[in-house]
Amino acid sequence: MSPKPILSAFRQALSEAWAGGAGALLPLGFFAGAAVLVPLGIGTEPGMLRAVGPGILWVSLALSSLVTLERIFQSDVEDGTLDLWLQAGAPVSAIAAAKTFAHWLTAGLPLALMSPVLALMFQAEASLSLLTGALIYGLGGLAFFFWGGVGAALSATVRRGGLLIALIALPLYVPTAIFGSMAMRGAAFGDTAPLLLAASTLFALAAAPFAMAAALRLAAD
Amino acid sequence: MLSATNLGILRGERVLFEGVSLSVAPGEAVILRGANGAGKTTLLRILAGLTRPEAGNVTREATHHWIGHREGLKPHETPRTHLKLWGQAWGAEADIDAVLREMGLSRPADVAGRYLSAGQKRRTALARLMLDNRAIWLLDEPFTALDTEGRDQLLAMVARHRQSGGAVIAAVHGDAGFAASREMGL
Repeated sequence: MSPKPILSAFRQALSEAWAGGAGALLPLGFFAGAAVLVPLGIGTEPGMLRAVGPGILWVSLALSSLVTLERIFQSDVEDGTLDLWLQAGAPVSAIAAAKTFAHWLTAGLPLALMSPVLALMFQAEASLSLLTGALIYGLGGLAFFFWGGVGAALSATVRRGGLLIALIALPLYVPTAIFGSMAMRGAAFGDTAPLLLAASTLFALAAAPFAMAAALRLAAD
Repeated sequence: MLSATNLGILRGERVLFEGVSLSVAPGEAVILRGANGAGKTTLLRILAGLTRPEAGNVTREATHHWIGHREGLKPHETPRTHLKLWGQAWGAEADIDAVLREMGLSRPADVAGRYLSAGQKRRTALARLMLDNRAIWLLDEPFTALDTEGRDQLLAMVARHRQSGGAVIAAVHGDAGFAASREMGL
């Protein structure tokens, strides 16, 4: 087996995301929007904002990861690219993983990188722990995108499948959401929470590609 | 090179076709005929391994090219980037510029897919046939949207492919323009 088709799938997904322009920025706007609007909704008392901030960001991250997932496999079905990838001679799971990873790089990684700024808006103290937070958001986001990718692959042939993706993906988000918010609250759970989060992300990386592959084969059938 | 025996498939509750067998040898071309909805595309997809039949099996003894009715060209891809991408994916060393020239795509070579005409998109898809030397060509209505010049070009490609020992299975409406070894009605 040659890794060339997998690299090409990765490259095509990246260039598609750039060419989509605002498409990749949509989750970023959603993420920032939620963080800007919440203080307006619940009041500006600093102690309260500091208490709810990490949780709000975590929920926004989960929801904004869903915003663009609809397109990652659906466009491939519509323009016939999926048929070509299925016959490219590489494992479909690897192709799906490459595409999802490229999608996370363009739409998920920016969310994690922006999280320290948003955390400051929630009255978090400027410290190195903000960068640790970004790492945790990045790790959790990767799991969200891979589980979301399963929903996207399952609903690839459904027009306006966004709601379906959410219904499929949200239950799969639960472990990551629990371990992620535990990790963000830190102290109470010691060092184990980030490790559990990393484990849940690794599980997503290992299991989701096979589910995506099966769903894509079904979509082409 | 490729043989299929006793293929049968259900679409919903309906039997689309059953007991279909066919095979091609080097240099042969099989033309699939049938009314709209008779199952030509489905049969080709089964031969390509995209659709799983309910009955029967397919053996392919060589690699194949697939030209479906959806071109596989992304709206942001130009003919040049498209051919480059698939050349890399398949590990093919074809000269992209020469392929573009031969397909009459030199002028729109750097125009994004969303601005190409249907015929230019079709030519781009057909150009993939020249990227990589594969013995079996599975073509689903390959002449769609092509002008006379494009049609002649494709006919020449098919003739060359058969001469060098390749096989073609194509679903075609009307006059195919090339001598088929066999015609199959669905």
